[in-house]
Amino acid sequence: MLTYILRRLGAGLLLLAIVTMVTFWIFYVLPRWAGVTPEGMAAMYVGKAPTPEALAATVERLGLDQPIAGQFYDFIRTLLLGTEYTFGRQTVECAAPCLGYSFSTNTPVLEQIVSRLPVTMSLAAGAAVIWVVGGVAVGVLSAVKKGSIFDRIAMSLALVGVSLPIYFTGLLSLAFLVHNWNLFPVPRYVPLTEDPIAWVQVMILPWVTLAFLHAAQYARQTRAGMLETLGEDYIRTARAKGLSERRVIFKHALRPTLTPIVTIFGLDLGLVLGGAILTETTFSLNGIGKYAIDAIVSKDLPVILGVTLMGAFFIVLCNLIVDLLYPVVDPRVRIAK
Amino acid sequence: MRKRTLGFVALGAAASIFLSACGGGDSTGGDGGGEGAGFNAAENSVVNASDQTGGTLRYAIQDDFDSVDPGDTYYGFSWNFSRYYARTLLAYNPEPGENATDLVPDTAAGMPEPNEDFTEWTVEIKEGLKYEDGSEITAQDIKYGIIRGDFNGGSLVHGPSYFAQKLDADPDFNVYESSDPLGEFDAIETPDDHTLVFHLKESFSEFPNILIMPQTAPVPVDADTGALYQQHVMSSGPYKFDGDYEPGVKLHLVRNEEWDAESDPIRTALPDRVEVEIGVNQDEIDERLVNGELDVDLGGTGVGPAMHSRLAGDESERPNIDNLYSGALRYVNIHTPVIEDVACRQAIMYAANRDSMHRAWGGELGGDIATNLIPPQIPGSDPESDLYPSEDNKGDLDSAREKLEECGEEDGFETVIAAREGREKDVDTAEALQNALAEVGIEASIELYPASDFYGQYAGSQDFVRENNIGLSVSGWIPDWPTGYGFAQAITDGRAIVETGNYNMAELDDPEINELWDRSMQTEDPDERADIYAKIDTLVMEQAAILPVIFDRAMFYRSPELTNVYFQPGYAMYDYMALGVDRG
Repeated sequence: MLTYILRRLGAGLLLLAIVTMVTFWIFYVLPRWAGVTPEGMAAMYVGKAPTPEALAATVERLGLDQPIAGQFYDFIRTLLLGTEYTFGRQTVECAAPCLGYSFSTNTPVLEQIVSRLPVTMSLAAGAAVIWVVGGVAVGVLSAVKKGSIFDRIAMSLALVGVSLPIYFTGLLSLAFLVHNWNLFPVPRYVPLTEDPIAWVQVMILPWVTLAFLHAAQYARQTRAGMLETLGEDYIRTARAKGLSERRVIFKHALRPTLTPIVTIFGLDLGLVLGGAILTETTFSLNGIGKYAIDAIVSKDLPVILGVTLMGAFFIVLCNLIVDLLYPVVDPRVRIAK
Repeated sequence: MRKRTLGFVALGAAASIFLSACGGGDSTGGDGGGEGAGFNAAENSVVNASDQTGGTLRYAIQDDFDSVDPGDTYYGFSWNFSRYYARTLLAYNPEPGENATDLVPDTAAGMPEPNEDFTEWTVEIKEGLKYEDGSEITAQDIKYGIIRGDFNGGSLVHGPSYFAQKLDADPDFNVYESSDPLGEFDAIETPDDHTLVFHLKESFSEFPNILIMPQTAPVPVDADTGALYQQHVMSSGPYKFDGDYEPGVKLHLVRNEEWDAESDPIRTALPDRVEVEIGVNQDEIDERLVNGELDVDLGGTGVGPAMHSRLAGDESERPNIDNLYSGALRYVNIHTPVIEDVACRQAIMYAANRDSMHRAWGGELGGDIATNLIPPQIPGSDPESDLYPSEDNKGDLDSAREKLEECGEEDGFETVIAAREGREKDVDTAEALQNALAEVGIEASIELYPASDFYGQYAGSQDFVRENNIGLSVSGWIPDWPTGYGFAQAITDGRAIVETGNYNMAELDDPEINELWDRSMQTEDPDERADIYAKIDTLVMEQAAILPVIFDRAMFYRSPELTNVYFQPGYAMYDYMALGVDRG
């Protein structure tokens, strides 16, 4: 078991390294190929009427004129060993793992990510609960009552959920539920630790909006899986044994259906933890997704690298957890081992 | 990035008679909320005048500050807002209407005194002013604030560089490399703790105008942490930071008990708290404003397109709307090295259909048709003047054809109109112009270039313009301060032409105009200067180097819960220092 975990961890680290290189390549190397000069890149981070001196100083401070390999080496070294930055007459230490300083706001990237993590985690946790519970429940009911009105309505809704973009459902719910009918408070994030009730009130719309999209997939997936399983021989056997329908469905049919669900869930949760850009932007939540999109718009390279790494990290982590959960969900995996 | 659309920060000028025609609404009232005070009521009067203190004033903004460090910021809203915690030497007169852009002392004890040729200026500052920690503000601190803002070796990159341009100092001086920055920098002297003497390279009669910039806020040498100073600025104003500034998230201010109201004629300091929420969608901001869930859109550029069209069609909201000058002139450069003959350029001036370009900018609510250079709020502007008149502003094709004949191009010629990609109204303007020019045989094709490099690599690059036959380019301009010099010098002075990043895009280099700019800088009387600016305006029009399109307007939603609301044309937004809230 331990070697299994270590192997997975090793693969995860390798993946992170590859993601880092690709991101670095996209944002550092591609612009050079496109003919952007170091001064041109520096112009992103200075004011509206920069003097040539300010541009030159910025190029030097950010190391934009260094060869690519040098910049990459610096990035990795900073990440692993930490570094020091000078501001005015002050020197600030950035301890490992140092993701660097944001070019445009002069704040440490890691600190910013950590301070925004609670927002994204709140969003991800609440939405995930809703979409898994809701999606699976609807899927099971639809499968059991296949062809009923409930099934048809639920599956049409699921289709709608999959096809409607978040900025549409989100803006719609904001316009009507918040601003027109005043059913929910204006979304201004409140930490869970500060006021749990306000936290729920503020987060409920983003949760539902984000969950709607995912729940739809889960419902369809569960329904299909359930229908397939319900047709299996052992289900007929279970029924023939005289087991109650409830037991048949939940104990015998649902369990194997859950295996693929858990797999997608790991990926989905990892993605959302890495920043639900659309949801966070629509509801003006200052989470990691918002941080990422702001950084991309202002070409704030250290931040882009930082959030990309963080996103990849979450996916790797969630996948690892899912892999470890397999034997619990599916006894066959245990036996095979 | 949006703020980069124009050359410089949003600064306008005193409201003029010309404007009041559109005023309309009933004026002031202390009624504190409920019914709106009237369309454009905040232009010439104080809406909801009140001295009620308390409450939290709520701001929100979509994009972040460039920096909240007063020494490192170049956004108009930031200049306006930073005065909560950073007092400057001078300030705009805190009242609406005609005298709004007069300068008055803030930390200064009186107005600056120049020497004979305006190369040396002396300012006394008030005694007994204190920082948030109770320590005294001295002239040395103000000197330090100024030099760290402009002489920092590229550590603070956002702010303007007027002091570096004007002060008689070594441009390579770096406060962070000097062991004694105050002692080694002698272009500003501090003979005692309350006197500053500025030594300039050349005559600069409008020097007081740059003393309203936030770089003149005091910064104690020991408190300066370079680019990190913005996390917690040492306050000299009525409010101080409550916790750190969190980029992209929030800035909260609470009362600074050390601030002395007696010393400060420009701030009402009514609310107990000021909160800025950063990173809120523009549509969401507008919704909250109209629903009373927010007090002010900090950005100060008016409501977004969605809310604009909704409010434009809703008569009942009219009394809560101010549709006022953004301070900008939108115009088309006629590049003189590409279209060399002045008669050919004049043909373009005649042929242009200003009416259709006006419509491209949104018609009535979008702004006023411009027929001269200097915006109407600025002294010396004569918006009535029109060297190229035509019926209903639809263009005078006969005169245009005559001019074409005069320059030997009876059949017209080919040229290129450059415009910024993604700037819908700029592109619409270019298309309107293209159609109008086609009527007299001038074949103009439209080329779009990336907005971020428009000045740096494309229409503002001498080589590029010549190689690509760019005769026309669509741009806009907002002054850093509301005078003819502040507005038009950079775009019409021949000495301001540079190879790339050129703002005098037409490359107008006229000895008479250049000489007039010099003379204005040696003229003390503002009225005399205004006369000079009027002359320059006419000369630029005669040279047909700039085709003015529109003095544009922004639509502001004035929350009924706000008190003491009036428009400060110097910033082209409400005067944030006056605002209070009354939740009824």
